[in-house]
Amino acid sequence: MIWLDVLVQGILLGGLYALFAAGLSLVFGIMRLVNLAHGDLIVFAAFAILLITATFGLNPFLAALIAAPLMFAAGWALQRFVLNRVLGKDILPPLLCTFGLSVALQNGMLEAFSADSQRLSVGPLESASIDLGPVTVGTLPLLTFASAVAAIFVLNRIFYTTALGRAFRAVSDDPTTASLMGLDPKSVFAIATGLAMVIVTLAALYLGVRANFDPSIGPARLLYAFQAVIIGGLGSLWGTLAGGAIIGVAQTFGAQINPEWQILAGHIAFLIVLLIRPRGLFPRAVD
Amino acid sequence: MHQVTTRTRASTIAGIAALALIAVGLILPAFAPRSLIQDLFFILTMLTLAQLWNLIAGFGGMVSVGQQAFVGIGAYALFAGVILWGWDPVPAILLGGLAAFLLAIPTAFFAFRLAGAYFAIGTWVIAEVTRLLIAQWKTLGGGTGTSLPREATSDIIGVEAIANLFGLRDAAARDVLAYWLALALAVATMAAIYALLRSRTGLALAAVRDNDNAAQSVGVDARRVKWLVFLAAATMTGLVGALIFMQTARISPDAGFSLTNWTAYVVFITVIGGIGRLEGPILGVLVFWGLQTAFADYGSWYLLALGLLAIATMLFAPRGLWGLIADRWGIALFPVQRRLILEGAKDG
Repeated sequence: MIWLDVLVQGILLGGLYALFAAGLSLVFGIMRLVNLAHGDLIVFAAFAILLITATFGLNPFLAALIAAPLMFAAGWALQRFVLNRVLGKDILPPLLCTFGLSVALQNGMLEAFSADSQRLSVGPLESASIDLGPVTVGTLPLLTFASAVAAIFVLNRIFYTTALGRAFRAVSDDPTTASLMGLDPKSVFAIATGLAMVIVTLAALYLGVRANFDPSIGPARLLYAFQAVIIGGLGSLWGTLAGGAIIGVAQTFGAQINPEWQILAGHIAFLIVLLIRPRGLFPRAVD
Repeated sequence: MHQVTTRTRASTIAGIAALALIAVGLILPAFAPRSLIQDLFFILTMLTLAQLWNLIAGFGGMVSVGQQAFVGIGAYALFAGVILWGWDPVPAILLGGLAAFLLAIPTAFFAFRLAGAYFAIGTWVIAEVTRLLIAQWKTLGGGTGTSLPREATSDIIGVEAIANLFGLRDAAARDVLAYWLALALAVATMAAIYALLRSRTGLALAAVRDNDNAAQSVGVDARRVKWLVFLAAATMTGLVGALIFMQTARISPDAGFSLTNWTAYVVFITVIGGIGRLEGPILGVLVFWGLQTAFADYGSWYLLALGLLAIATMLFAPRGLWGLIADRWGIALFPVQRRLILEGAKDG
């Protein structure tokens, strides 16, 4: 029964990784931009929630509601004033820009918040659990997974049934033609990055209530997010959820065998998928 | 009659100046203080790493953020050679190159499967996997690392000869030896890169970087060129890594596979100096060394500023400081641009 338990825990952990990955996938899908600072932005959002919680004495869930529009604005501004200027045919400038941002953010947070581990406290909910017959699952991991499913559902609805989603798809396919039709690709990109930062805030909330965080953990979150995206297949958000679950299950199984192998097992699962299905499990996009 | 050349008057002068600089560099230990030799060791090794990253990213379009994998594996191979098999540290540096070469084969195999910019994170994953695996190697200290034994560092080949030659103590003579090796690696790396860029393969590399499909359509074997350059750069990076940690004489997975030291700094040097040209990292490493000497005590403020400087460079001067100089005065010390010279053009 222990293995069934490990499997369920792993899948639920995958929900968190899918939340890490959804923003990365959205931005890449629309503008072919890989944001190397994505993990650090998640940690940044977690500190923002922590700061709001501490200042106003709010519950982290409410604090995240306040942080989300702020993060949207930050993402919008980042895209508008920095990343839009370096986007182009050459992939080098945006990569190096976001790499610089990653290092700057990490060290900025280190100065502002110190290297101490922090945590978002949500009281009794932290240890609450639900009995599901053969396994008992934590309420919080279950909530995380449900949020991931909801976030991906909403994103898919936005993408395929709204005018904004049509704009996203249009500028993704062909920015030049889209701009002839009256769209401004640069402002569409800015909205997309803003939206990605809202998902980042959600991911940060669950990152912070699940475990300790400190300014240095961003890059590892970027790697998990990236692995979930690649395993799922580019362009498929549900695939990303599956990818996250695979990384999560591999990590919990690895940790069950030997705690030192947790992270390594996730990486190895990723390499195996890359070896046998280089385009991921559910590829949608051709590029 | 015509010929194609990359030579200019500035490049001839630069070539002579480079030879003179190398000669000065060789005899420098005879009169320079030990601290200068140590600084130059740092500058030369960082310069070599930056040139190698510049080769794959700037000239080859393969933006790797996993070069720390090759520094780390090179260093660990040297430690394995010395500690486990009793090799002398100097020949053991070659083991570092070999290990990095062997690691680069699976790295390239996996990372080349990833589309565009995802290549960058792919190399990073491989570096993490390598770090985690090495941390499991208990005989070399596991996660906490290990040191070179005193017996091994006290009688390195050539140290005694250098000590006698310059009348130095052993520790200072070891610095001189490491410095000479760093100089040799830096010169060899830059000469090889320059020769490569001026060859047909260099032209093929630029073509693949600018447009993969178009290059293949005119008969360039894009895969072969990328593999060749990636493996060569990784091997050299492994040699440099082994040399750096021979000098430090102490290693841990976190130090050997440090993203900040072996990739972030290297990227900043190249970007600030000017990516995609040989002069860039040379200028960049001097700027970096100046900043490092002046501000390294500020720790994370310093890194924050470096990150912002890299963003500002990408925004306002994407071709770096040397790009600004080249635009202003049109100088290229190591030109790789082909120019057609028509003979008799002057008469007609």
